[in-house]
Amino acid sequence: MLELFQYRYFVHGLLAALLVSISCGFVGTYVVSRRIVFITGGISHAAFGGVGIAYFLGVNPLAGASVFAVAAAVTLETIGSRARVREDSLIGMLWSFGMALGVLFVFLTPGYAANLMTYLFGDILTVSATDLILMTGLALVVTIVFLLRLRRILYLAFDPEFARTQNVPVTGIQSLMMVLTALTVVVNIRVVGIVLVLALMTIPPAAANLLVKDFRRMIPLSILFSLVATLGGLLASHALNVPSGATIVFCALLVFLVVRMGTLPRRRGVTRTLSE
Amino acid sequence: MNHAGNGLILEMRGIRAGYGRRLVLEDVDFRVQNGDFTGIVGPNGGGKTTLLKIILGLLQPWEGSIRYFLDGRESERFPMGYMPQLARVDSDFPITVRDVVASGLMSFETHSLSLEPVRRVMERMDIAPLARRPLGELSGGQRQRVFLARAIVSSPPLLLLDEPETYVDTDFGRDFFEILAELNRDMAILMVSHDLGTIASQVKSIACVNKSLVHHDSKEITHDVMESYHCPIELITHGKVPHRVLKVHDEEKRMDGKGNTTDA
Repeated sequence: MLELFQYRYFVHGLLAALLVSISCGFVGTYVVSRRIVFITGGISHAAFGGVGIAYFLGVNPLAGASVFAVAAAVTLETIGSRARVREDSLIGMLWSFGMALGVLFVFLTPGYAANLMTYLFGDILTVSATDLILMTGLALVVTIVFLLRLRRILYLAFDPEFARTQNVPVTGIQSLMMVLTALTVVVNIRVVGIVLVLALMTIPPAAANLLVKDFRRMIPLSILFSLVATLGGLLASHALNVPSGATIVFCALLVFLVVRMGTLPRRRGVTRTLSE
Repeated sequence: MNHAGNGLILEMRGIRAGYGRRLVLEDVDFRVQNGDFTGIVGPNGGGKTTLLKIILGLLQPWEGSIRYFLDGRESERFPMGYMPQLARVDSDFPITVRDVVASGLMSFETHSLSLEPVRRVMERMDIAPLARRPLGELSGGQRQRVFLARAIVSSPPLLLLDEPETYVDTDFGRDFFEILAELNRDMAILMVSHDLGTIASQVKSIACVNKSLVHHDSKEITHDVMESYHCPIELITHGKVPHRVLKVHDEEKRMDGKGNTTDA
């Protein structure tokens, strides 16, 4: 096992797991609590449009993804409430628009997009030093914003209408949160990919929510569960020589199932567990 | 903070409002004074909640003016005590009772926030032992107290309650009105309710909202006023006074042929 640390890619993977778990722990708790998991899905798939255009222009795909993800997030948060379109329909449109743009521009790009799969399904073992710097920056920003403004974030997420009646600048804070969500999605893309990005934002906080019904206490638990999932997935991927995006998702689900079984009411016993 | 005494808190003039193209309120003039305790009644879709939203700043009226007064001077819209209908809140949200109550102080800078008012109001509402419990585990009656506590923790001059009866299966608890009567010494109260039968004996005045608004001082609820009651109301109970039966009037005409009257 120890010889793994001689490999730079493995060390990068470990660091990525830690950094991604921190930002996902905070942002995922927000996303799950506010029930905006599908907004997050929309954002990540819209980001694929940015990946495609970046490919075409020959710039860093993550830059393209960032622009599209943030644009999608702000669109949903600001226009979404006024557009007189059902929110989930709007999410569906952004979702498919992003994918369509991505497919089109990847097609138009000369040559074969060899590592396109990396963006769709992620690969924690190909995280570069530059990626790590981005991840560190995001983890720091997310941690600082949440720790400094935890009350505001929590109270606004819980009841935005009430916040409005208290003259709190709801739109500004929510837009900031959506931008943080979008950037967390983009960073996640490196690790689990666009298609699986919902996993790290959703499964660890959902598992945490089984144990505690308190936003504040969900955050550290989500970080822990996310870390278990990413590290487990990393090791499994290495040991079995299969894609890490898939093993990370399986590990996260395994964590969820273990917690779910552990929190079942005792009197219902094992039969109930199986029937669920 | 004591806001009691005479003085205007709120004045609405010539309000016209609605959603999209649908007109909900028209020609609404309404004043709230310190010490008022007004029940807002009317048929479904008559505009009760719309009126509340305008006062709270959640909805811009199409026409008309709304002015706020603090200690006798005109002011910007100030944070008000607001208790929404049960359905407007996500009761499964992972949040503790203490945080829900403390969120009533969110307009104050967080770092200078003292949690002493939170502790005091929770004791007053008898919910102090629930402080660390998640909101989702509470009964309807307990939630009612938690959201009332959130509404009043900042000692607002005006308290707005939107159908507080939605929290409990049975009628209002008697103590709920005792609490409100006590609060009313320090703040004016506006309460939207379906349950006119219960609230009529508790409030000081009644505003009927059915596209327009008619404000009755309850002391004046005489036969004449009932005749002109612009609401489909059958019954007012007044404590131990025998029930007063209001005539059913022709709502069809008043509702401009929309025809969606309640079963008056």
